Formats: sequence, C-alpha cells, structure tokens
Amino acid sequence: MTLIDLANPTKFLSLTARVLPWLAGATAILLLVGFYQAAMAPDDYQHGAVVKIMFIHVPNAWLSMFVWSVMSLAALGTLVWRHPLADVAAKAAAPIGAAFTFLALVTGSLWGRPMWGTYWQWDARLTSVLILFLMYLGLMALWRAVDDPSRAARAAAVLTLVGALNLPIIKFSVDWWNTLHQPASVLRMGGPTLDRAFLIPLLVMALGFSLLFVTLHLAAMRNEILRRRVRSLQMMQASQQAA
Amino acid sequence: MTALAALIRRDIRIALRVGGGALIGVLFFLTVTVLMPFAIGPDLALLTRLGPAILWLGALLASLLTLDRLFTADHEDGSLDLIVMGRAPLELACAAKALAHWLAAGLPLIAATPVLGLMLNLDATATSAVALTLLVGTPALTFTGMIGAALAVTLHRGGLLLAVLVLPLSIPVLIFGVAASQAAITGPLSFGTPFSILCAISLVSFVIGPFAAAASLRHGLD
Amino acid sequence: MTMLGPYASFIVTSYALVAAVVLILIGWIAIDYRQQRERLRELEASGVTRRSGRQATDIR
Repeated sequence: MTLIDLANPTKFLSLTARVLPWLAGATAILLLVGFYQAAMAPDDYQHGAVVKIMFIHVPNAWLSMFVWSVMSLAALGTLVWRHPLADVAAKAAAPIGAAFTFLALVTGSLWGRPMWGTYWQWDARLTSVLILFLMYLGLMALWRAVDDPSRAARAAAVLTLVGALNLPIIKFSVDWWNTLHQPASVLRMGGPTLDRAFLIPLLVMALGFSLLFVTLHLAAMRNEILRRRVRSLQMMQASQQAA
Repeated sequence: MTALAALIRRDIRIALRVGGGALIGVLFFLTVTVLMPFAIGPDLALLTRLGPAILWLGALLASLLTLDRLFTADHEDGSLDLIVMGRAPLELACAAKALAHWLAAGLPLIAATPVLGLMLNLDATATSAVALTLLVGTPALTFTGMIGAALAVTLHRGGLLLAVLVLPLSIPVLIFGVAASQAAITGPLSFGTPFSILCAISLVSFVIGPFAAAASLRHGLD
Repeated sequence: MTMLGPYASFIVTSYALVAAVVLILIGWIAIDYRQQRERLRELEASGVTRRSGRQATDIR
C-alpha cells in the first residue's frame, strides 16, 4: 500500500474499513490506561492535585499544533502533487484540530484559575494558542464559504501554508510581547523537568490522544469521500432531469 | 519592467479617481481615531498613553477596509485575467499591485498621522515615532492582506471573510509596531530592537505575500 | 475524591469537558457517516448510477 495506491478513494475506503476498528480499540485502551495512571499519579509539590489537568492539557496542546502540520502536508499534497485525497484530508482535519485547540485553551484556563487566581491570563502560551484557534476558525469559515470542494481546497491550502509560515513568527512575537508586559508573580506552567511519575502517564495520554486524532481523522475523511459521492450523484441526477 | 511600471501607474490612477476608494481609507482612519475619545473619555493623559495603540489600530482597520478592492475591481472588469495571462511573472505583478495599493492607500494614512497625533496629545517625538513605525509596518499589512484579498476574489467572497483570514496574520506587525512606538515615548526599551524586528517582518511579508497571492490566483481563477 | 484537594471541581470539570467534546466529535462523525450512506442509498434507489457502474455505498 503506497501513497499512490491510496489515491484511489475506493481503495482508501476499504483500507479504512479494515483499520478503523483496530485503531478505535487501541485508542480506547490507551486512553483508559492513561486515565488510570493519571488518577494514580502523585500530587505535585507546587501545583498539588491540579497537576492532573496537565495530563489532558498537554496532549491537546500538542495535537493543536500537530493537526496544523498534518493540514500543511495535505496542503502541499493539494498544490504540488494534486493528490486526490489531500483535499479530503485537509478538510476533515480542520474541525478536529479546532476541537483539540479549544480543549487546550479551556483546560489551560481551568488550570490557570487555581494557579493564577484568574481564568484568563494573557500568558504567552495561552495567547498563542488562542490565535491558533482563531486561525482554525478562519480556515473553517473559508471551507464553508464556497460550495465547490476543489476550489475551496486550493484556497484553504494556500491559507494553511501561509499560516504554517506565520505561526512561528506569531509565537515569537507573542513571547516577546509577553515578556514586555510581564504580569507580576506568575507561576509558570509546566515547570523545569518532569519527574518520571508524571512523564509516563503524560506520554501514554499523548499517544492515546494522537491515536484518537488518527481514528477520528480517518473516519471524517471517509465521511468526506461519501459526501463528495453524494454531491456528484446529485449533480448527475440534476443533469439527467434537465436533459 | 515597463509592464509592471504601467500596472503601478494604472492602479494608482484608478485608486485616486472618483470611486477609487483610497481616500475613503484616510477618512475612515480619521473617524475611528475621533471615535476613540468618545469611548474612553477625553482625559488627555490617558489618550497620550494609548495614542500609539489607537493610531495603529485605526491604521490596521483602515488598510484592511481598502484591501477588499485590491483584486475585486480587476476581477469584475476582466483585467485580472489579463494580468494572470500576461508575460510578466504573476508574483511580480502581485507585488506591483500591492505596492501601488500601498502608495495610494497606505501613504495617506501616514500623512494623516501627525494631525491625529496632535489631537491625541502626542508630542513631536512620539508622533514621528508612530509615523515612522507606520511607514515601515503598513507595507507588511498590505502584503499579508493581499493574500486574503486574493483568496477572497477567487472565492467570490469578500468583506468579513477577508477580515477573519487576515487579522490573525497581522498580529506580529501590530505587536512590534506599537512596541516600537511605546519604546520611543516611554522606554525603558530601546527603540531599535522592536523597530528592526518590525522591518524584518515587513521584509518577510514582501516575500511570502506575492508568492501566496500569486499561487491562490493561479489555482483559484478558472 | 478527597485526594483531589481543594480544586477538585476544576480537575473534574476539565476531564468532563474533554470527554464531552471528544464524545460530541465521535457522535458528529458517526451521525454524518450514517446520513451520507443513507443519502447514497436513496440516490441509487432513484436510479442514478456512478460512471464506474459500481455501487456508491460499496466500500469494500
């Protein structure tokens, strides 16, 4: 199975049908194990039990960036190689990425309330994730603005790549802006180095969430392919009726 | 080269003509800045402190407002297709169009800054600092905004979609523009650091903007 | 739940929220899948066929 074979949507669908149950099972097992380990993890001497939010916050934050890079690869696939599945992959990833980014924001804010005494702190990381979230929403708005899928795909691919180039600049400028306006006595998130007792549950959770993304993404791509079939069949029906 | 020069001349002429809309941008800038004291009160000390931020936000919104017309007018009368098919590289043609747009719509904003700075109780150094950062920063706004304008014209959508796509990308320009102006007024940082980063962002946008806009025009128009 | 300390509600809320959003995503994708298959079946029943002649709902 190479990338070229997958260019045939029917082959992709049959592969998806075979792989999805296994992926879903592995995801469920990993997330359950991760949840158990997170529940068993000791309290942090500084954050107390609140550190447990880290086990879901960090994987979501990592996925929020990972999904954008997946979309950038798909955008290259659309613009450079004209891979037929790249459009589908990019479109299916956007809402899932937006959901993970939203979760990273909200869990970060819920973590911040006990630590900072406020739900929202214009902290550099939270602010950059917020901008990332806005860009996800803009991308989804772009997808929804046009009804012709391939036209929307090319526009969205350009925007995704521009976003990928701009994200490091945005991250850098927000960091700079934040050190300029450093609020008094902010307890930094994360801390220096993680103890093994935190690291292992975190890795399990991160792997579990990554698999969750792969599973959801494949399923959403399958929906998208079916949606395009519905669309082409409806067009054929309309042209048959017109004739 | 002559083709690009002709393109620039034509675009400036259209923008300055009746119905071109370049000068409406200045009027919008003026109106937004005049509205600010009504929202935050006529306290001159406060206005001085917020002055650079107000001027920068006004310029950002004004340049966004005029960007909407960058490609749509050409698309409507068909000249955009000629530009795309022309022998001059599309990337250079896009850069020329953006340059013309900045000359017609961006420069007047900078010219209006001293007057508005006076109304916001900014002294001469502060006003010149803001004007200088705007001079360096507004090209970056035009060149990144051009990407949004190119996307919007291929999708036959404009207005709000353009704003939603472009505004997040202009955050770095806003941060360093305001930071450089503040540094010149109050310190404690030196003016040079944020200002040179602002210049760097502008230079990056000169590269990314035309290529991305040309790519989206090439792939999007059919 | 006594071991979660004074901020138990924040921890539980964030876990519950993540679970809820993930479940909504799964539910949305599953419902979408059913709807698309249903519409494909209806379209085929009304006599429209794909150019390849294969069944649109056949994904094997």
